[in-house]
Amino acid sequence: MRPIHYLRCLVGVSIREWLRFLNQRGRFFSALVRPLVWLAIFATGFQFVLGVSIIPPYDTYIPYSIYIAPGLIAMILMFNGMLSSLSMVYDREMGSMRVLMVSPLPRWFLLTAKLFAGVIVSVLQAYAFLAIALIWDIEPPWYGYIAVLPALVLAGLMLGALGLLLSSAIRQLENFASVMNFVIFPMFFASSALYPLWHVKESSLVLYHICELNPFTHAVELVRFALYGQLEPVSAAVLVISTVVFLALAVYGYDPAKGLMARRAAE
Amino acid sequence: MSVPAFAVEGLGHRFGRRRVLNGVSFSINPGEFTVLLGLNGAGKTTLFSLATRLYAQGEGEIRIFGMDIRERALECLRLMGVVFQQPTLDLDLTLEQNLYYHCALHGLSRREAAGRIAAEVERVGLAERRRERVRLLSGGQRRRVEIARALLHRPRLLLLDEPTVGLDIASRQFLLDHVRHLCREEGLAALWATHLIDEAGDGARVIILHKGEVRADGGAAQLLGETRTPSLRAAFESLVREPVAA
Repeated sequence: MRPIHYLRCLVGVSIREWLRFLNQRGRFFSALVRPLVWLAIFATGFQFVLGVSIIPPYDTYIPYSIYIAPGLIAMILMFNGMLSSLSMVYDREMGSMRVLMVSPLPRWFLLTAKLFAGVIVSVLQAYAFLAIALIWDIEPPWYGYIAVLPALVLAGLMLGALGLLLSSAIRQLENFASVMNFVIFPMFFASSALYPLWHVKESSLVLYHICELNPFTHAVELVRFALYGQLEPVSAAVLVISTVVFLALAVYGYDPAKGLMARRAAE
Repeated sequence: MSVPAFAVEGLGHRFGRRRVLNGVSFSINPGEFTVLLGLNGAGKTTLFSLATRLYAQGEGEIRIFGMDIRERALECLRLMGVVFQQPTLDLDLTLEQNLYYHCALHGLSRREAAGRIAAEVERVGLAERRRERVRLLSGGQRRRVEIARALLHRPRLLLLDEPTVGLDIASRQFLLDHVRHLCREEGLAALWATHLIDEAGDGARVIILHKGEVRADGGAAQLLGETRTPSLRAAFESLVREPVAA
């Protein structure tokens, strides 16, 4: 296989993901409605409960809705990453995973292509959210819209790779409910998405450290800083390392000789 | 003598402590249509999963046109077209979109893909419906699409795992005739797994797999002679009958 074959495969997998996404309008709708509900109701309700002092990257006092916007963008990326993992489990149950796995390209590449395809869809949704969020005066500087792109891609890759890893471990579609309970909610709440970490530190030092270790916190912070044209290097590094680790484990999980596929077959 | 398109030698596999394949050996030459006949649970799907690298291979050897699948997996996969037992089409995509996806996985350009898709859907009589969603096609039509898809990258070996399950007689006959025609006219080697004895007729070579072992291998006439039975069904039943303990 020549490099052009890899590229064609990547394009083909991305087109399929996009077509599937377009066909599932409900998915697009709910992916946008979920963060907008948080923004329109939750953020308004908590406007005066949570005091947000001046913290970087903001240079003045900001309304709560502006604070939680990056967290909601990361929420879109997380739900999409998990949904594409759900689609992998579905694909495996329905058999279309086999079509991907018997194509003549290395497995790590096929899984990475699947991951990229999911990230493209996530990023477009994140921009759709930013466009609608203008109604609530969430208006980062113009260059923020450009600077946030690499942050969205990196955060999307990390969350997608986590989804991929989970999909290699989830045996059946029904088990996805536990992913909601044990992965999505804890990751979301134990992060800087809804409240600044200094608030958390005042209440519980343990929880503060958990939040700091949570890669989702770093996804939120990378997006938050990027929206103001700034780079948060620690978060970027954490995301790169987490992506590589999650993806490597997922490739291992999908390896017929070693990972969970083999163990599942043995059951 | 030509190199066999597909050869297994001493192939074995276990799921935990349960042995599902044991010392399976046979080979298929280019242009040969071979039926792998066995009851449900005989080990046919496991054999296919090993041959397509969905399961890691432990005991024995699998060679595709002389290449060991463990050493040259990607080259082997390129020469193979596979129709799985489970339906694997994306129901919400159109027939054509499903086929373009397969072409992309095999590294074909859009232009190459367009030409091949047009030719293959024509051959399976679905050219009119290429822009319809797969969900709207009947079971038999979906199977035809899957065979068309398996041929898009011009494989030289076609593996079909129970391709006619759940289809009516006319659809089954269409698929059988189509694949046999491909073997005869284009030199394709085909391994057709089934539990339906009547699909093993018409002079095809038959390999009977039972409880993970090859019980017989040869033309229908040869099997009748060896088992001294009047029909293939009787021959099959005598071969898979358990020996009665004395």
